[in-house]
Amino acid sequence: MLFNIEINDQEVSARRGETILAVLNRHGIKVPTLCNMTGMTPTGSCRMCMVEVDGMQGLVPACSQPVEEWMKIKTHSARVIQARRTLLELLLANHPDDCLYCAKNGNCELQDLAEELNISGRKYHQKRRPVQIDKMCPSIERDPAKCILCGRCIRTCDTLIGVSAIDIIGRGGNSMIGTSYNKGLNYQGCVKCGQCIMVCPTGALSEHSSIEKVMEVLHNPDMMAVIQFSATTPGSIAEEFGLKPGKDSLNLLRAALRMAGFKYILDTSFGADISIMESAAVIVDRLKKKENLPVFTSSCPSWVHYIRESRPAYLKNLLPVRSPQQIMGTLIRDYIIPAHNRPPETIFSVAVMPCTAKKAEAEQEEMIHEKYRSVDAVLTFRELVRLIRMMGINLTDLEPDPTDTIHGIRSSAGQLIGVTGGELEGTLRTVYQMMTSQELQPAKINDLRGLKETKEVRIKVGKEFINGIAVSGLARAIKLLDEMEAGKTPRYDIIEVMACPFGCVNGGGQKFYPDEKAMKARVKAIYDVDEEEMIKVAHKNPNVGLVYEKLLGNPGSARARELIHTSHVSDKAL
Amino acid sequence: MASETSQTTRTFLIDKVLKNFSGLPDKEVSEKVTVLRRHRISKPVIYIGTGTCGSIAGARETLKAAEAYLQEKKIEAEIIEVGCIGLCSMEPILDIQLPGKTRLSFQKVTSDKVDGILNATFNNSPPPEDVIGQYRIPGSEPWANLPHLDDLPWFSYQSRHVLSHCGVTSPHSIADYIVDGGFKAFYKTVLNYTSDKVCEIMTQSELRGRGGGGFLAGKKWQIALTTGSDQKYLICNADESDPGTYTDRMVIEGDPFRLIEGISIAAYAIGASNAYIYLRDEYRQPIRILENALQQAKDYGFLGENVFGSGFNLTISLCISGGAFVCGEETALIESLQAKRGQPWAKPPFPAERGLFGKPTVVNNVKTLANVPAIIINGPSWFRSTGSRSCPGTKIFSVGGKTKLRGIIEVPMGIRLSDVIYKIAGGLVDDLPVKAVHLGGPLGYCIPTDKLDTEIGYKTLNEIGASMGSGGLIVLDESVCMVDLAKYFTAYLQKESCGKCIPCREGTKRMLEILEGITKRPMEESDHETLERFKGVVQLENLAEVIRDTSLCGLGQNASNPVLSTLRYFREEYEEHIFDRYCRAGVCRELRTYLIDVDKCTGCNLCQKKCPTNAIIGVPRNPHFIVAEKCTGCGICFDVCKFSSIYYK
Repeated sequence: MLFNIEINDQEVSARRGETILAVLNRHGIKVPTLCNMTGMTPTGSCRMCMVEVDGMQGLVPACSQPVEEWMKIKTHSARVIQARRTLLELLLANHPDDCLYCAKNGNCELQDLAEELNISGRKYHQKRRPVQIDKMCPSIERDPAKCILCGRCIRTCDTLIGVSAIDIIGRGGNSMIGTSYNKGLNYQGCVKCGQCIMVCPTGALSEHSSIEKVMEVLHNPDMMAVIQFSATTPGSIAEEFGLKPGKDSLNLLRAALRMAGFKYILDTSFGADISIMESAAVIVDRLKKKENLPVFTSSCPSWVHYIRESRPAYLKNLLPVRSPQQIMGTLIRDYIIPAHNRPPETIFSVAVMPCTAKKAEAEQEEMIHEKYRSVDAVLTFRELVRLIRMMGINLTDLEPDPTDTIHGIRSSAGQLIGVTGGELEGTLRTVYQMMTSQELQPAKINDLRGLKETKEVRIKVGKEFINGIAVSGLARAIKLLDEMEAGKTPRYDIIEVMACPFGCVNGGGQKFYPDEKAMKARVKAIYDVDEEEMIKVAHKNPNVGLVYEKLLGNPGSARARELIHTSHVSDKAL
Repeated sequence: MASETSQTTRTFLIDKVLKNFSGLPDKEVSEKVTVLRRHRISKPVIYIGTGTCGSIAGARETLKAAEAYLQEKKIEAEIIEVGCIGLCSMEPILDIQLPGKTRLSFQKVTSDKVDGILNATFNNSPPPEDVIGQYRIPGSEPWANLPHLDDLPWFSYQSRHVLSHCGVTSPHSIADYIVDGGFKAFYKTVLNYTSDKVCEIMTQSELRGRGGGGFLAGKKWQIALTTGSDQKYLICNADESDPGTYTDRMVIEGDPFRLIEGISIAAYAIGASNAYIYLRDEYRQPIRILENALQQAKDYGFLGENVFGSGFNLTISLCISGGAFVCGEETALIESLQAKRGQPWAKPPFPAERGLFGKPTVVNNVKTLANVPAIIINGPSWFRSTGSRSCPGTKIFSVGGKTKLRGIIEVPMGIRLSDVIYKIAGGLVDDLPVKAVHLGGPLGYCIPTDKLDTEIGYKTLNEIGASMGSGGLIVLDESVCMVDLAKYFTAYLQKESCGKCIPCREGTKRMLEILEGITKRPMEESDHETLERFKGVVQLENLAEVIRDTSLCGLGQNASNPVLSTLRYFREEYEEHIFDRYCRAGVCRELRTYLIDVDKCTGCNLCQKKCPTNAIIGVPRNPHFIVAEKCTGCGICFDVCKFSSIYYK
């Protein structure tokens, strides 16, 4: 129902049930907020969006107050601005001043707000509490001193990811965000997805940076730096530098990386192709034997981490296949580089990922093969952008580098892995071929497209059906497991899980602050590749055939199991 | 054998007493009721107040001493543990009722006095100096020359409805409650009224929430009743935690069945089959008493499935919390009940629409619910006849501070604050003048002497910028520093803030730092610190207003009340602290100027040795001096001087 209310002496239309904030946003009136998150129940903890409503005592939080017909609202009266400024000054009273050295410098909502409200000096001086930076985790760093306790990370961790690894501890001025037993993020619960970093309005949460390590190698003439980039990287690069997604941005990315000093530039999608081949082989085998079903995909390290730590009963369901990043890392060390004869200790393998969990994955013990790590350093997409800027590379002015390196050829199936449902789609194409010796027609599976939490698919293979479901957002996946245990779900053969909502396009290593429009563009970029690409299935990629011929033998062979597979073990912390 | 007797008593109580509404009991029944009410007794009865306040004063030892006395003298008598009658400053209280005589109350009966008092009373000559007063019991002969309790000013100005059983009858026996008319209201409700009708009666009675919010209870129930849902909940908020307030504890310890009856009626009114009593782990004794009372109510069939054959089901469970001040706020309480961190949420949604586990939930204070049974029995107009027109009913206060008598009182709304202080509580110790009254706990207000004629009521108190709160009433004299008081409460609130919203978490901390700054003496008075102090006070008011305007819950919105109200009425004290560096009450130790009385000083050298800043000079056996610039005002010299030669101003 529509009705009119008065905002700043102007009549505007409002709908019943809407919050004041929603009305304001629709009419282009900006009130600041530090804790509001689209799509989630407002908590009203930051009090920045306070507005004055005639007839109501005190000020009213726009984010949680529904509009009513009689309301006359002032959004920027002297009283409101005074209150907002005081609140911000209180926050800044013990906030560290080191904006210049902060991971969020330039991307900080608190910084922007201070500028917006014209804060020109420190009005309140408050004693700073001694807090320790939590550097335990190889993926995420927490600096409680910079935390303003807006609670966005807590809600993300609780409602989207479902692990509640962090919450507020302590009372009053001593309250802070802490982990279980205050033992640091690495101790228990956290799946390292990095979604908390994405929403943090300050520099309290950031990735454990590997830039310095990579820079050192790039400047060391004795070392050879190799880089692989994930399927979502070209799209994100286009977005970051204002380019059109597609071939051009991919080639510009290649040019930039080459300029930065990387000798080999590889596409992780090729690793994904191998991963599909191996996964498909295992799935076909399990389907035949009807054991360890449903099969859980294993490319998302956060999901794997969750199963290993919290649901070890499902370890047998996980595919024993490494993630594309690790497969690519292995191939670099054992196949691509040895062919060029280089001592292994001089090779430094870097991966660019939209993910923070991959940093932890790369450091796992079982990822060390013959003394060397498959991947030496993982950069998030944000770190890559910083690296490009640090190296003084003006990406838009570069000559695109179309020259492809070895294994540049990848199928679009491997590309799809960046979006929820994509891995399942790519794998099903190959599974179908392996089971029927025919190609799936059409290759595109519409049921698995689009940005939805869950997507179900049913494909007829021979006389039987394969039931699959793709879930994104770990919380939803946890719910699915619980429903499965309660017997409330149909039978699934394959379950694809991406811990981040909507998959890697919205991964914890992407640009700060999830933005639906940008996310849709990233997804489209990936789907477009699948439309244009000639090779749509992993098993038709000639380079995949080459790798099997020269290195692995057959999918599922002993050599493949040694290099491409991994064993999942329980990691119970408590 | 014992269970058989209790079985017959139970049948008698339920069939003949509870279900009897004719008002004309037959002779046999009324005979038996007189005996059960102990209006006619065959052997002496000794009552001992073993509530928390009594136990702290030594009632447990008194109880043991009384038992030992009876055993030694081979006297057959009944000992009954009761709650507290409200005269907490006179605990331990022991009552004796001899057959044919009225019940007699004695004050401060510590274990060593038991033998003497019992001996004298059994010999019909109770020591009058120990007597508080005697009860009126129909058909019993009163003691000569001893006052009646209801003639004492402490009781005569009160209207004890909710507290009528507290300290009088046993909280451990449901039979004592039923025989006094208990559970009749619940029976009447379940049998005669629809849920709608109960809400209507409550709305008509104009009973407001006694926890401090002051929302109409009937209206709240109505909202929960009309909100459609498969499950609804009733929560009794017993999470009392204001320093110096213990009214809920007293109601629970003195009359738990009244609370259970109130909860049952409220649950029936909103259509809830599950009710919770939320209280803190520190309330050990109330928890024990409630557990026992709930069990008895279950045994009598007042709780459980199909109560009184009406099809109404009710389970009441205790929820023992970790004890956080903020969990008295209803939404934080609900979060805590759901095993989450006790943090309030932004209203709307109101709990009556969406509360515990997302279902309609009514949260009412102990005192609100304890008011309910009497309203059902006597009707809303009876309730409205007590108290003032704009604000009917009674209000329970815990009176503390410097008054002669301290404890829990139940007064009609509309009574003047001055009457409470001078008539009921007997004025101040040594008849000192009142400086201010602090009303409503840490979130409350300081009311100066010229406002003491204000009538107690939601509206009248609002007019002078105060509010009733949950019932803490602390009377202060000149020895209290108002800045220190504001500092104390601000420190408490800062410590108990949940940390969710910025104004409460950061703002109270900043206010506390400012208050600390003006009540302490810095080691070196640099320009910067002085400036900060001056700036601080200017900021104090602005800060307090922003905190009030922008905080999320009642705790934050009222957190600045102590500061704002003291600033409003005692501004000159703040100014003295800031500009003159002087505390007139002498409470802020660091602002004292210490001096040595040369006539008294013997030159013993002790103060000089103990002074941490070497501010005292002098040669042995000659009077010493304090160098003002070096003195930090720590007061060690004052404490150690054996000749009282050090004084301060």
